[in-house]
Amino acid sequence: MEKEVAVIGVGQSSFVRGYEGSIRELAFEAFREAMKDAGITQKDVGASVFCSAPEYDKQRSPAGVLAEYLGLIPQPTFYIETVCSSSSTGVKVGYSMIKAGLHDLVCVLGFQKMSEITSAESQERMGRGADIQWEAPFGTMMPAYYALYAQAYMARNGLTHEDLMSVRLKSATYGVVNERAVYRKGVKAEDFDASNPEAKMAGPVAWPLRVGDCCANADGSSCVILANKEKAKAFSKKPIWIIGIGAASEAVNMAARPDFAKGLSVGYGAAAQAYKMAGITAKDIKVAEVHDCFTIAEIMAYEGLGFAPMGEGKQLIREKATYKEGKIPVNVDGGLLSKGHPIGATGGSQIRTIVLQLRGEAGPMQVAGDPGIGLVHNVGGVGLYGNVTIFGR
Amino acid sequence: MGFEKFGRKSFTAVTKTGKFVDLLLEGKVEGTVCKDCGAKFFPPRADCAKCFSKNMDWFEVPKKGTLETFTTAYYAPFGFETDPPYTMGVVDFGDGLKLFARLAKEIKPEEVKVGMAVTTRPLKYDDGQISFEIVRA
Repeated sequence: MEKEVAVIGVGQSSFVRGYEGSIRELAFEAFREAMKDAGITQKDVGASVFCSAPEYDKQRSPAGVLAEYLGLIPQPTFYIETVCSSSSTGVKVGYSMIKAGLHDLVCVLGFQKMSEITSAESQERMGRGADIQWEAPFGTMMPAYYALYAQAYMARNGLTHEDLMSVRLKSATYGVVNERAVYRKGVKAEDFDASNPEAKMAGPVAWPLRVGDCCANADGSSCVILANKEKAKAFSKKPIWIIGIGAASEAVNMAARPDFAKGLSVGYGAAAQAYKMAGITAKDIKVAEVHDCFTIAEIMAYEGLGFAPMGEGKQLIREKATYKEGKIPVNVDGGLLSKGHPIGATGGSQIRTIVLQLRGEAGPMQVAGDPGIGLVHNVGGVGLYGNVTIFGR
Repeated sequence: MGFEKFGRKSFTAVTKTGKFVDLLLEGKVEGTVCKDCGAKFFPPRADCAKCFSKNMDWFEVPKKGTLETFTTAYYAPFGFETDPPYTMGVVDFGDGLKLFARLAKEIKPEEVKVGMAVTTRPLKYDDGQISFEIVRA
């Protein structure tokens, strides 16, 4: 397809527990880096889009407040929300505004300060990101929802707890080398040993998922600067083009979900649209970021994206094919599991990773072979929303 | 009014499907069926998504289903802290009809298996809340 919208700047704060600042200051961290990366000033920005999941901080209608702090007034600004996929949805909206010819250059900023509430409160908020009328009254939470998928998937496809652990060991390998990650400690198989009460990853959260199968809450921000062809060529030596974009939605209630053992339908739907638009197949992807909010989610994503046949995702992790040296490197920045998952910032952070990979600027996480095409898979809620975005040079 | 009585803790006070709670008190777990096109829904809906009708009737969910999947929560969200461990699951009744609920406390977590035969029944908590749960068929 024709290259019409490019990423010309990316930024990300460090993902941390307990950021010592307010949301506007957190947002500025990613913004500063992205603006310097793009080599532009605020007057070059035609519009801004802010993305987060509500009810973590107290600010209502954050777009105006953040736009002022970032120096992006009087340009138009607004707020986009699809829970965990908010900032990749923001990028889709920014892409659409540029393609429509409304703006030449759009700033998409994702943020989340999760540390203002407790972990139990956070679980309650996330549970209410599903069906509050018919499901939250049972005491649902994100790990339990993903555990429903894990249980059915493991029963049918022969996926084991050891396979799930292998996903976490991979993510930890890269969390150690990613200086922006929240979880930088190494993880060993012994940490999942259920016979050892000291093993920090082994305790059950929502069986079959254990502590080590769950991503880390974090505070963080991400920023993606999008430009049309003319501005991209004027400002950027290494524009990274959006060549495919897809998005899908699914029933919120588990009672309306199709076969749980087949994974999240939004992964398949969004991927099919993005591949079609880019005119490529899964085989053309050289590096990917997938939404590994839980270990099972990464395995299901392998299949949704066509990296493995349905039910065979386990082979990729068993063969270490998704490590940095493998045939399809996935989440080699630590993923949500180790880099952390500050809800509204996650999609933009995944996009930043792929942009750096395609530019050859990913440092210790850089995959070999000068990758030319990369993919971002970002899911909101329990597969309620799904975005797949493909990037090329 | 009335729907605040639903579940361990309700987040919705008013719904046009509030009769669901009254039916639970009568011992019935019911979904809605469209009087115009026959489409069946569980959980209940006040509006037919297939033909846009609002002429809905109630029907009792089937007695026999299989447990499609489940999870046991050892940690709970804010407001449910005294409940763990508790097991939640999805029942498949066939013909596209499924149900999500907690499993009865009497079923031990280690006894729960994907594919086991199950049914559902109303449940009244000590604090007066009304719900339904999954039990062995």
